Amino acid sequence: MASPSPNGKKGPSASAGGSTTELGVILPYPEEAIARRSFEPVAAPVHPLMRRMRGMAASMLPTLVMLVGLLAFWQLLCGSPDAVFPSPLKVWQESHDVIVHPFKGVDIGLTHFSIQNGGDVGIAGHVLTSLSRVLIGYSMAAVVGVALGILIGQSVFAFRALDPLFQVLRTVPPLAWLPISLAIFQQAQPSAIFLIFITAIWPVILNTAAGVQTIPAAYRNVAKVLALNPFEYFTRIMLPATVPHMFTGLRIGVGMSWLAIVAAEMVQGGTGVGFFIWDSYNSSLLTDTIVALIWIGIVGFALDRIVAFAGRVIGRAS
Amino acid sequence: MKQRSYLALEGITVEFPTKAGRFRALDGIDLEVDKGQFVALIGHSGCGKSTLLNAVAGLVKPTRGAIFLDGQIVDAPGPDRAVVFQDHSLLPWLTVEENVRLAVDKTAGGKSKSERKEWVMHNLELVQMGHAAARRPGELSGGMKQRVGIARAIAMNPRVLLMDEPFGALDALTRAALQDVVMDLQARLNNTVLMITHDVDEAVLLADRVVMMTNGPAARIGEDRAVSLARPRNRLEAIDVPEYADARSAVIHFLHERYRNPATLAA
Repeated sequence: MASPSPNGKKGPSASAGGSTTELGVILPYPEEAIARRSFEPVAAPVHPLMRRMRGMAASMLPTLVMLVGLLAFWQLLCGSPDAVFPSPLKVWQESHDVIVHPFKGVDIGLTHFSIQNGGDVGIAGHVLTSLSRVLIGYSMAAVVGVALGILIGQSVFAFRALDPLFQVLRTVPPLAWLPISLAIFQQAQPSAIFLIFITAIWPVILNTAAGVQTIPAAYRNVAKVLALNPFEYFTRIMLPATVPHMFTGLRIGVGMSWLAIVAAEMVQGGTGVGFFIWDSYNSSLLTDTIVALIWIGIVGFALDRIVAFAGRVIGRAS
Repeated sequence: MKQRSYLALEGITVEFPTKAGRFRALDGIDLEVDKGQFVALIGHSGCGKSTLLNAVAGLVKPTRGAIFLDGQIVDAPGPDRAVVFQDHSLLPWLTVEENVRLAVDKTAGGKSKSERKEWVMHNLELVQMGHAAARRPGELSGGMKQRVGIARAIAMNPRVLLMDEPFGALDALTRAALQDVVMDLQARLNNTVLMITHDVDEAVLLADRVVMMTNGPAARIGEDRAVSLARPRNRLEAIDVPEYADARSAVIHFLHERYRNPATLAA
């Protein structure tokens, strides 16, 4: 009984192709044994969290490099003892207390929140005071601004009547309103809030109006054919169609109100981050001013991002 | 007193104010449409077809003349004359279902919430878009959007369905698929339809009558040809019927011989 060739069916042809050596016949490698596999390079499995962190690192790396470079350059420029402008190291040494104890005089608990009135308050306390003013003034500007914007966007008569006025008033710098604001309200707190309001409202009005005016004719025709009543038109068509423009205005507005509050507090004194800057300048504590500037920049950036995020969320939901 | 047709346009003249004086788009259009009839309006660009359709929709007020629907004068837009817009005009912040629902809510007085939802889904199914009810218009192709546009219009149970070049922006294959949808709907619902088109085959295949308009300004109705093809129609059967070829030839002669495209004459 012939035993089956170890090479299977290829057996007979194998000997024909094989060569003879001292040790015997070398059979060609059976085809079946040549694995027809492609060896794809196998990447080590990456955890999704890891991948995300890598992505973040990749996007933050240039920022970090820039920051370090900037600090090094600044240190190099102002590092000599007779430099007029403090170097980063000097800022760290001289304003150490301001930097590491920002919440001095601020009492934050789960149920209560208070800022010590006057005295030695940390920079975060001043920033929070300023933010509370911005919150009130800006909220008022947002509500009134959107309402006025819809009014002049919707009515040609109202637009012709009010637009020239708004165009003139919006160019008045925030600080120019201060004497008027003080004359009207007599007190520091309401005048500061009015200042925020009057600074932030113009971009809200004008952008909302532009949004209403540029609602595509197609949507208006749909509303007409469906015979939507004015209330339905307002909620179902006008508001959702205007949201992107509205938030452009609200975003510009929040930035401007932050600019205004600092200016207002610098003049009025008492509390707030603007006051802090003015106070540190008068006490020749330039390094404190620099710390405050960084705080203002970061808070302003955060405000802008918060409004932009709200706009995205509302734009998606509406 | 003469009996008016279901939809009657009597001496419709539309003029627009322009910098160079008044521009007369339409000049004394008379048109009578019977109930359940499908009328295609065809003509070169700028001949005022859209103006005429918008006048019936109530979106444009005629300078002179009157439009009657079922004996009543038409002078404002309303859901009894649903419009399928060329650019579909779906609201991008609403889902497909909500878009149709908005129209249904305005027209289905007395129906319960669940009945309305059912009616919305029924109409989406009619145009084979039930599967996309939860999607937003931005996620749909042009042809799918226009299906939803049609569903929105027919869900309003209109007395007249107005279609403003509904397939003008679609590619040829999608266009054919949607023409089949319209033919299918026409077989089921027997709507009264006024449709604008640039496409001779589309006009002849879909319509009972092809109304041909002269070139603007001051456009008039040049010819009005009935297409006596049996219904329900089928694209493949229709092209072999002599009447189809005759009607097609009549329209082409009108458009390219008697009233040539003003744009090509200028070129």
